[in-house]
Amino acid sequence: MKGTIVINEQVVPNVRRLVLEAPAIARHAKPGQFVILIPDAEGERIPFTLSDWDASEGTITIFYLEAGVSTMKLSRLKPGEAVYTLVGPLGKPTEIEKVGTVLLGGGCYGLGGIYPLARAFKEQGNKVIALLEARTSYLIYNEDKIGEEADEVIIATADGSRGVRGHVWEAIKILEERGEKIDHAHFVGCTYMMMTSSRATEPAGIPTIVSLNSLMVDGTGMCGCCRVLVGGETKFACVDGPDFNGHLVDWDNVFARAGAYVGEENLAYQFHQSRADGAIKDDGCKNCGKEAI
Amino acid sequence: MGGKTLTAKERMAIPRAKMPEQNPAARAANFEEVPFGLTAEQAMLEAQRCISCRNMPCVAGCPVGVHIPEFIALVAEGKFAEAAREIKETNVLPAVCGRVCPQEIQCEEACTLWKRFGGVSIGALERFVADYERNNNLVKIPKKDSSTGKKVAVIGSGPSGLTVAGDLVLKGHEVTVYEALHEAGGVLIYGIPEFRLPKEIVKAEVGYMESLGVKFVMNVVVGLTMTIDELFDELGYDAVYIGVGAGLPRFMRIDGEDMNGVFSANEYLTRSNLMKGYLFPEYDSPLPPGRRVCVVGGGNVAMDSARTAKRLGADVTIVYRRAREQLPARSAEVHHAEEEGIEFKLLSNPVRLFGENGRVTGMECIRMELGEPDDSGRRRPIPIEGAFFKIECDQVIMAIGSGANPVLTKTMKDLELNRWGYIEVDENNRTSMPMVWAGGDIVTGAATVILAMGAGRIAANSMHAELMGLPQPGTEES
Ligand SMILES: Cc1cc2nc3c(=O)[nH]c(=O)nc-3n(C[C@H](O)[C@H](O)[C@H](O)COP(=O)(O)OP(=O)(O)OC[C@H]3O[C@@H](n4cnc5c(N)ncnc54)[C@H](O)[C@@H]3O)c2cc1C
Ligand SMILES: Cc1cc2nc3c(=O)[nH]c(=O)nc-3n(C[C@H](O)[C@H](O)[C@H](O)COP(=O)(O)OP(=O)(O)OC[C@H]3O[C@@H](n4cnc5c(N)ncnc54)[C@H](O)[C@@H]3O)c2cc1C
Ligand code: SF4
Ligand code: SF4
Ligand code: FES
Repeated sequence: MKGTIVINEQVVPNVRRLVLEAPAIARHAKPGQFVILIPDAEGERIPFTLSDWDASEGTITIFYLEAGVSTMKLSRLKPGEAVYTLVGPLGKPTEIEKVGTVLLGGGCYGLGGIYPLARAFKEQGNKVIALLEARTSYLIYNEDKIGEEADEVIIATADGSRGVRGHVWEAIKILEERGEKIDHAHFVGCTYMMMTSSRATEPAGIPTIVSLNSLMVDGTGMCGCCRVLVGGETKFACVDGPDFNGHLVDWDNVFARAGAYVGEENLAYQFHQSRADGAIKDDGCKNCGKEAI
Repeated sequence: MGGKTLTAKERMAIPRAKMPEQNPAARAANFEEVPFGLTAEQAMLEAQRCISCRNMPCVAGCPVGVHIPEFIALVAEGKFAEAAREIKETNVLPAVCGRVCPQEIQCEEACTLWKRFGGVSIGALERFVADYERNNNLVKIPKKDSSTGKKVAVIGSGPSGLTVAGDLVLKGHEVTVYEALHEAGGVLIYGIPEFRLPKEIVKAEVGYMESLGVKFVMNVVVGLTMTIDELFDELGYDAVYIGVGAGLPRFMRIDGEDMNGVFSANEYLTRSNLMKGYLFPEYDSPLPPGRRVCVVGGGNVAMDSARTAKRLGADVTIVYRRAREQLPARSAEVHHAEEEGIEFKLLSNPVRLFGENGRVTGMECIRMELGEPDDSGRRRPIPIEGAFFKIECDQVIMAIGSGANPVLTKTMKDLELNRWGYIEVDENNRTSMPMVWAGGDIVTGAATVILAMGAGRIAANSMHAELMGLPQPGTEES
């Protein structure tokens, strides 16, 4: 499990695709699970959703947004080099059943993250509608791959340059207006998108799952850093999740905990930027046109 | 000195040795080890204090029965490396145990001299000889038995797993240790701080195991990265030992615990020790220094958290619901914590945390008094009605114990657990599954390094017998 890099390329501005050698993970991965890696010897343990895997090749794929120090370090690694450590697959796999029509909404790295879900829900005989959102048309990626699995792909852009003008939740309204009966929804992406999308499915009572991306350390249930409030109960996202009922998640708490280290993250970024040439900092997440969380 | 024989009276007249230490003000600002260890002269003098009691109460006080008078006699003769080897007959990690064992309730308390003169400093001597052996490159690789052709998997690289691995590799088995984290050592690496147990020592011990031929595979969460069935059926292991510890943090379930600034001790210490958060931003994992930190609990974990917070620059208060005499931490740690200026709010229990914008700003506590003894024999703390008080703080560290982590055990349908989720074992540490043994904190609940090692030794003997078709230890024939 050396974590040797096969591909590390930009797919759209700020989002990169990373293919790593990881035979044991590739063999055991299930949709909805994630890995934790450390880019270099001084690095942090950071979680990434498994966006694809190939057991015969022994590789896994993740998509990552260049957000701060860890992802900046990751972006500099070249094929043939290896990440410092890599562990997985972690977390509970997503429950995949035949329910009828399944809506999968992805934003940011979630355009990668929903692909295994699309494949698995399709295999179970569901009708799969995939909703991909981005700030503008050229930030959409992974569309063709998802299209191979989904019955329908809907694009939403904040600036209206392609598809529906707006976000996932606006696209959900359009689906409802056209009389689509949705039996199950699952959202992967930034917290803001997952929250607003969950709100959009609540009135119609559509069972909704979100894949939370809380801050984590060990990822094995040992530290409690990743705790979230769901239906009034404290859960550990790394072992009880990352999937939770989007209508029961305490979103204020998720937002607050996500911002626990904003000051330190900035300091670390400045610290590393002053050492490295050519690093560019995007102020927060511009991928879907919303404020950084 | 070695040749001279002293009378018992002369021996007892020697004052008990004390390790020199960094002074409290200096050490509260660094992460270097607090005691410097004995010098060779001090060690030899201290060894003279031992009167070689025939009934060896000290040995009975040690959970693994270290050959205490024998090793101490070797120290008295200046045969330090030999003394270290004598200890290693029963305890493979003397440099660790010498530092972290609660000697004051084990070997030293049992020592004949304890009451009147202070027990022989067995822990300090143990530490000294182990350090001497390691620092002078005198660690010898013992002779291994010839290969048995049997393969053993050890899950978890804490002290109990390391003991099993070390024992079985010497008996000629092929041993692989699987560890979920990226470094080996369990709590010795992620929990106990550098200033109490330098990580270089843990690394040296792991390196020693490697030199014996133990294979370490990091970043494997058994149950997720691979299953127990695969270990047997696909990877061809003949036996498995489970030593996954009790790494499930407990919270108090009081209001406000989900706020920022509230940590489990596991998170706080892991960020500091494993992730080197105290060296941020040289290392990327943040561990923001608090200004006023409250640590809830009274065990070693609470002391370690408090002293870490202190070293990061905070004013620290330990909040504990029982009285001073009932603090479960090693007495040396309590003493060190007090010297370093950590405040103790005893007979106090948090009932609620306050905060602003999702960040903790204070804690409400209730005062307690001692009532009737409870199951543990200690007088039970009961809240004094209406006696609430507030403490301002910007960080809270919960060090109130841990439970059984179910990540592995829930994937093993045939494994019997007790009602708290710990693994049920027999007197030889066999589980309900064939060829699967378990020991350490995942069997007993959070305990001590030496007990985890003792369990590992029992299991290793039983595993060896089973693998070789010999009678189980403790049975008639053996
Ligand atoms: C289970 C799980 C799965 C995840 N899967 C992925 C994945 O597939 N791809 C991926 O890119 N990330 C994923 N994340 C989030 C990822 O771990 C973080 O983006 C990563 O820690 C960033 O590290 P950094 O040091 O580069 O940035 P940091 O220095 O930690 O953060 C820099 C800035 O970016 C902001 N930021 C961090 N994460 C996000 C985010 N997800 N969305 C918007 N803003 C953010 C921070 O608040 C901060 O302001 C996942 C998280 C979890 C828990
Ligand atoms: C902060 C702190 C201070 C302490 N101080 C003292 C002290 O001063 N003196 C003393 O005697 N005791 C002390 N203890 C207690 C002592 O450390 C433990 O009792 C002892 O480490 C238990 O050993 P173990 O081998 O059972 O498990 P652990 O040391 O907990 O090791 C278990 C290992 O298994 C790994 N693991 C878990 N699940 C899996 C899986 N599914 N697959 C692979 N690997 C897995 C874990 O990552 C871990 O590395 C302290 C504990 C803590 C937390
Ligand atoms: S192992 Fe611990 S209890 Fe036993 S002799 Fe050594 S210090 Fe004392
Ligand atoms: S009890 Fe004390 S004095 Fe007696 S043999 Fe043991 S260490 Fe020596
Ligand atoms: S990340 Fe430590 S418990 Fe989830």
